[in-house]
Amino acid sequence: MKCPDNIVLYMHEYLDEEIDEHDEELLKKHLQTCPKCQSYFHELEKAIALVQSTSHIQAPSNFTENVMARLPKEKRRVSVNRWFRHHPLLTAASLFIILMTGSLLSTWNKDHEFSVTKQPNLVVHNNTVIVPEGEVIKGDITVRNGDLQIEGKVEGDVTVINGENYLASAGNVTGEIKEVNEVFEWIWYHVKKTSKELVSVFQDKD
Amino acid sequence: MEALIKKRIKQVLKGDQSAYGEIVEIYKDKVFQLCYRILGNRHEAEDMAQEAFIRAYINISSFNIDLKFSTWLYRIATNLCIDRIRKKKPDYYLDAEVSGTDGLTMYSQIASDSILPEDEIENLELQETIQREITKLPEKYRSVIVLKYIEELSLNEISEILDIPLGTVKTRIHRGREALRHQLRNV
Ligand SMILES: [Zn+2]
Repeated sequence: MKCPDNIVLYMHEYLDEEIDEHDEELLKKHLQTCPKCQSYFHELEKAIALVQSTSHIQAPSNFTENVMARLPKEKRRVSVNRWFRHHPLLTAASLFIILMTGSLLSTWNKDHEFSVTKQPNLVVHNNTVIVPEGEVIKGDITVRNGDLQIEGKVEGDVTVINGENYLASAGNVTGEIKEVNEVFEWIWYHVKKTSKELVSVFQDKD
Repeated sequence: MEALIKKRIKQVLKGDQSAYGEIVEIYKDKVFQLCYRILGNRHEAEDMAQEAFIRAYINISSFNIDLKFSTWLYRIATNLCIDRIRKKKPDYYLDAEVSGTDGLTMYSQIASDSILPEDEIENLELQETIQREITKLPEKYRSVIVLKYIEELSLNEISEILDIPLGTVKTRIHRGREALRHQLRNV
């Protein structure tokens, strides 16, 4: 008996669940009648089963600690600020960047703490501002470095800076909704990058 | 899960390094296993897995938060392992042939302590054999086979991780399977 062309290809397509109906039928019928192809197919299935049987192995102990110890040092804002104080040129450079990026960055630098626009009926819980269900806030809300959860209604604009905004349902805010953390992250990332490059330039000259 | 990872990534981006520790905890076994199955050597696998996490950390600002983090991480790890194989080729094979993988040493240590029942020792031996046969595959077949059958990823995800067309992934899986069929049929 002659084996159909492409029978091995069909086997592989079958194993990848990519075979079309017609070819699958052809393959199944042929396997029932051809011992040679049957054992070939069996060998393929066996190889897969063996590879899959290799038990799941775990990372060595202390793996995470070792990774954390090898990470580049955390750039603390304190140490960055200290650098700026001791390097007037750098301060000038950073000032330039601040001017370039507008007042946004200085806002970010000054207001690193959590803050929220004073509005009656707002509930604050662990840096999350909640507009309770059934409440209507008349006016704008701005949350800095915290999350905002709206269960009630806001008649005004909502701005969440460096936090997340959870809406119970659409249409709860009559004004504009803005989340600006990405912009800040982007600016902050570039400031850090630029100052790092500048630091290395200055160190080279020392 | 993905939501938690994204939250941690955002914290890392804000400069909170400790949030990265949690990411490492979640993926360390998967990444280590991926490296071990591709390289066939525990020490090298640990080196490469650590390196993968460090590179991911350094480049985290270039990670597109809308994509799946694991895909990106596996891509870094797989590329590191493939580079390692290419650089180390000559003595790597010699090593594997002559002294066996260090998994074998692990096996003999356990065996000498004779804590394990016989069938478990047999199982360990079988595991060694399978790993050795995986390691014998050419690198381009090895990575697809490991990603598909050990990490259990879809063909589409493999194509993304290796940055090769889906058709190429399929061809490599077919060839890798053929090679394994040949190597493992008498096991
Ligand atoms: Zn046949």
